[in-house]
Amino acid sequence: MKKEKIEPINISENNFEQCVKCTICTVYCPVLEVNPDYPGPKQSGPDGERLRLKDENFYDESLKLCLNCKRCEIACPHGVKIGDIIQLARIKYSKKKPKIRDMILANTDIVGTMASTFAPIVNPIVALKPVRRIMDTVLKIDHHRMFPEYTGMRFETWYRKYAEKKQTDFKKHVSYFHGCYVNYNFPQLGKDLIKIMNAAGYGVHLLEKEKCCGVALISNGLIKQATKQAKHNVEAFKKSIVDKNMPVISTSSTCIFTIRDEYPHLLGVKNEEIRDESELATRFLFRLIDSGKLKLVFKENYKKRIAYHTPCHMEKLGWSIYSTTLLKMIPGIDFMSLESRCCGIAGTYGFKKENYETSQGVGKPLFDQIDGSNVDFVATDCETCKWQIEMSTTKKVQHPISILAEALDVEATMKLWQE
Amino acid sequence: MKFDNIIIGGGLSGLTCGIKLAEQGKKCAIVSSGQSAIHFFSGSFDFLGKLNGQEVKNPLEAIKTLPDSHPYQRVGVENIARLAVEAPLLLNRAGLSFLGKADQNHFVLTPMGIMKPTWLTLDDFTRFEQKNTFPWKKAVILNFSGFLDFHTLFVQDGLKKFDVDSQVKNFAMKEFEAIRRNPSEMRSTNIAKVFDQGEDALNEFAEKVNLLSEGFEVVILPAVFGLFNKNVVANLKSKINKPLVLLPAIPPSVPGIRSQIFLRKRFEELGGTYFLGDNVEEGTLENNRLVAIHTKNHGDIKLEADHFVLASGSFYSKGIVATREKLYEPILGLDIDGDTDNEKWLDEKFFNDQPYMHYGVKTDSHFRALINGQPIENLYVAGSVLGGANALKEGSGAGISVLTSLHVAEQILK
Repeated sequence: MKKEKIEPINISENNFEQCVKCTICTVYCPVLEVNPDYPGPKQSGPDGERLRLKDENFYDESLKLCLNCKRCEIACPHGVKIGDIIQLARIKYSKKKPKIRDMILANTDIVGTMASTFAPIVNPIVALKPVRRIMDTVLKIDHHRMFPEYTGMRFETWYRKYAEKKQTDFKKHVSYFHGCYVNYNFPQLGKDLIKIMNAAGYGVHLLEKEKCCGVALISNGLIKQATKQAKHNVEAFKKSIVDKNMPVISTSSTCIFTIRDEYPHLLGVKNEEIRDESELATRFLFRLIDSGKLKLVFKENYKKRIAYHTPCHMEKLGWSIYSTTLLKMIPGIDFMSLESRCCGIAGTYGFKKENYETSQGVGKPLFDQIDGSNVDFVATDCETCKWQIEMSTTKKVQHPISILAEALDVEATMKLWQE
Repeated sequence: MKFDNIIIGGGLSGLTCGIKLAEQGKKCAIVSSGQSAIHFFSGSFDFLGKLNGQEVKNPLEAIKTLPDSHPYQRVGVENIARLAVEAPLLLNRAGLSFLGKADQNHFVLTPMGIMKPTWLTLDDFTRFEQKNTFPWKKAVILNFSGFLDFHTLFVQDGLKKFDVDSQVKNFAMKEFEAIRRNPSEMRSTNIAKVFDQGEDALNEFAEKVNLLSEGFEVVILPAVFGLFNKNVVANLKSKINKPLVLLPAIPPSVPGIRSQIFLRKRFEELGGTYFLGDNVEEGTLENNRLVAIHTKNHGDIKLEADHFVLASGSFYSKGIVATREKLYEPILGLDIDGDTDNEKWLDEKFFNDQPYMHYGVKTDSHFRALINGQPIENLYVAGSVLGGANALKEGSGAGISVLTSLHVAEQILK
């Protein structure tokens, strides 16, 4: 008898059918632990999806309590994209329109441009207690939150003025997706990256025009705008990667995660042509060192004890090994790994008044570990984790790239490849 | 990225293999696609519980009569006896205290209220030497109101067969009202997290237990204590006036997750790298050697090693896959020991020994995987992906996982 080939006809966009209800995801959900109002990844994800496909009225606004850390997906033995099922359900079914507050938090580009233009005025004002109280009452941005300081000179401006010309001196080139944080808040990180890449023999260029990766727009429900920016960025990446054969690197784990994985899956913006060559600077450097094409020389007098925190999106990418391996190469570093746990801020999530308590509750075990750790500072690849850890612990936070830049003997490193 | 050894699969088998190799100073990595079946742990590791439907008293004697194709026979009876002594010591060094011997099964009370023969039992749980009697005659079975994963009536029914007079009592605590708000998430791990957080809840709980157990000889509770903090169980036992018997609840299992965390921690403390949530997509073979594997997360940065171990589990973990058309090993396309004709996979009588349960990756006598009949010199196979046994029928799953992986580690260390 000839066997019939059976083609399933009821496969959903997401693979919720793969869920065998083992509930392992619920064990690793950091929100569930502190906020019982959240139904948990299994119920919000695959269980709820069954119902929502039948009738969209089964959508529950409590899904907004998910902070999209994706730790459920990492834990799932069957590869169910639980976090994406939840995110997509929010995009598809939520009837609540984003508030003004959400738009302010999500539009990092516009707010960043304005705030950095008036940085000397904006910084002290938003730091004032009464102002924070007003923002708390009017905008529902929790008064405990300190806004990251805005810079007086944006990274892009600095780059054009002081760095751009020199970059053509190199034989090899990369583009840098600096992201909003480096541009508006912390240009030093961008400067550190250029220092390292130049020392490694690479000229660093900016994209023709980059826009915010859109992660905050996605999480605040501003999907149309996020999609528009995603399309713009993919085109800009193509010009670098496909046209000029220049890979794009970044220092922000969340930006890279969004561009690589959220663009196609959540926004439907295709990125096959650029995905493989869009990555983190630490991974780029690791590859060069691992394949013997680059050797970094470090200063002898750099001595620090540091703890590494794995941001959720680094955990999901599986890439923290690149940052930690680079850090461990520095001879004077006494390295400790923190338990991989969510710090609780999750981008704009922790800024919202309604989430403040959850956010701090989620982060508490991590804060306790950091405070008890006796390190000089914490290293991490995510800017919002940095804000959260600095606000909630006694320790300062540095990006691995900045640590490398400080420990690097630039001249000795350059000599090795110039010879 | 170069390692001495790379293990594909992060479950019991992969972790024990990784720990043994790392203890010998090897630079190891484990690639795990997600969290493992240790989350379903019942508190005991079985070595051989049943043979031909008969309960086994001395597993080390009994394995001599197993067929030649059985993993225990293939490792060799003497090797197995030696490794069975080594295994609990290795677990102990990871901070997991197991008691039991391979030459004499002891018994544990199951949540179905029956005595089951087993090999090693975690110190959370109570070991019994006799299968027909229960040492206490009056038991109170306690459960948290709203906790649906512990079926007290089964336990009560089971105890009746041992002439034990038992009473079921449910009770509430204010700490659990919050969790109960969410009907589907009153799960053992969430209960455990409350007790992990501080003494107060545990003190209040112990007081309640002492009150409710007045007039009874023994207290029976679901094993929902000590998720990240292993001292909770001992602490609870010290606060309760009566002997305490913990019974496994429906998974996820609290002591199981703790065991997973401890094993992984031990592996990492020995310098091992644990890649969680990553999938091996393909391997590069050269001259009958596996030189590198490619994973989803690491893309063009390949993972290289001198030796590899495949400990990817059986059908449930997708270590082997069956579709309507074929039976295959999904990562490297290794040879499979199993019938190609899908009509022969199943026995139509559900409770019979199902043929597919014996299927696994084909290996040579050194446990090296084969492709088209040729051994891959540096790819070893361990754990349930090996096949050759019906772990469910025999009660041999954990024993095969642990002992074949220790054996494979020894092959690599030779």
